[in-house]
Amino acid sequence: MSIGRRSFIQGSLGLSAMAALYGCAGAGAGRASGHVVVVGGGFGGATAAKYIAMWSGGGVRVTLVERNAAFVSCPVSNLVLAGEKQMSDITVGYEGLAKYGVKVVQDEVTAVDPERRVVKLARGGDLSYDRVVLSPGVDFMYGSLPGLASADAQARIPHAWKAGPQTVALRSQLEAMPDGGVFALCIPRAPFRCPPGPYERASMVAWYLKRKKPRSKVLVLDANEDIVSKKGLFKKAWDDQYKGIIEYRPQNELRDVDAANRIALLDFDKVKADVLNVIPPQRAGDIAAQAGLKLINDRWVEIDWLTMESTSTPGVHVIGDAVFPAPTMPKSGHMANQHGKVAAAAIVNLMAGLPPSDAPLVMNTCYSFVDDAHAVHVASVHPYDPATRQPQPVKGAGGLSAAPTEMEGKYALAWAHNIWADMLT
Amino acid sequence: MKKKMLYLGAAAWLSSAAGVQAADVNLGRNLAASCANCHGTDGRSVGGIPELAGMSKGKMLGLLNEFRSGAKPATIMHQISRGYTDEQLTLIAEYFASRTAQGGGK
Repeated sequence: MSIGRRSFIQGSLGLSAMAALYGCAGAGAGRASGHVVVVGGGFGGATAAKYIAMWSGGGVRVTLVERNAAFVSCPVSNLVLAGEKQMSDITVGYEGLAKYGVKVVQDEVTAVDPERRVVKLARGGDLSYDRVVLSPGVDFMYGSLPGLASADAQARIPHAWKAGPQTVALRSQLEAMPDGGVFALCIPRAPFRCPPGPYERASMVAWYLKRKKPRSKVLVLDANEDIVSKKGLFKKAWDDQYKGIIEYRPQNELRDVDAANRIALLDFDKVKADVLNVIPPQRAGDIAAQAGLKLINDRWVEIDWLTMESTSTPGVHVIGDAVFPAPTMPKSGHMANQHGKVAAAAIVNLMAGLPPSDAPLVMNTCYSFVDDAHAVHVASVHPYDPATRQPQPVKGAGGLSAAPTEMEGKYALAWAHNIWADMLT
Repeated sequence: MKKKMLYLGAAAWLSSAAGVQAADVNLGRNLAASCANCHGTDGRSVGGIPELAGMSKGKMLGLLNEFRSGAKPATIMHQISRGYTDEQLTLIAEYFASRTAQGGGK
């Protein structure tokens, strides 16, 4: 179809008229209506909730269930660890969603029943849905780290890989650490949430220590063969700025933790730290398995990339870190937001009796700080490929920064404010 | 005449709908939403990154082509703009041109 003709049709017929036309061939077509429950108000879920309400013109009733009172951003949280930002700088309330008609319920979802199409809430009161969007993020696989099984151990050895009280706890430990101390950071095997995040964290902790406690060290114990993301950029920044502070040890997979003594137990070594920050291995948020969705490698949800709907369970759409990713697709907040929009467009069409778009596209932009002011990016564009039935990265597009710059540091913060607004206001 | 064109347009759409998937009339809106993370919902930036709402189609396509060719220096847009086809960029430019800029002007 040519652009001219497409524009003509767009200009001539509204969605409802198109729906009516489609109704001649299909069934139940009309204005999008019904009830969607979105579980999880992070980068994916909040975006999906807002865009379903907005794009359906209020025709679809949307309820967002989120356990926390406000959204706290993982991106920029490493600047809080370094003392360059406060928690209030990375916290945004949910009240802005009301103007789109999204009802926000602060509660914990205990179960999803896809047969009866009901979401069960901890405080009681079930929510019936026509379609449900799960944006549960990740949960941690403590089974492989018995020393971290207890709540006490988890409080003593913070992950700070979900922003909030854990970020505050790790910041407090870093502040209390004496000069000359060792901050050890344990990175799990990929895939995990935010591939460049651990290396940004090492940089920002080193930035803090270099100025405040210059005899201290950051010891990076990485289960992977090498730095997973932005490798050349981080290595150069560490050489240029943090020589003698950051020590990087690849192929050092954590086997267990002696939480009482803050000791990381590796295959051939034991490392005692003053602050031990363990990022545990991850899988789709527990609600995905509870709902009985098909998981790949017992970890990530398999979805149909045209609709983000579970391949095993009709009516259940899954977005964000919880999904089994398409090739080269990172688990990032930016990508979760893009998943949310693909799901929203598909759901609004389906709830109007229309087919989903056959040409969705997602893209990623991810900034990392290497100090208080300089940042680097990685970007990629992933249109849906009908042959492989999943998004594929465009060759020759996307890429990395040439070097850390102050300009990209400013863009990184502008990105954060714009994406938070795109989700929540 | 208008009625006839409407009929023809609808017929063309229906014939494509007869396939497995129909072309989505909201494709431009959906593609433009992939820009919103940085440039704001519907291109209405909250600051620090350029506003796209209300920018003319010609101006936007001109900028995008300069990014793609490298004629206009960029930190990231030269890499992102190369990920979209000409047709996709045209749809995106048409969508943002149809949005009202903040402050009401076009």
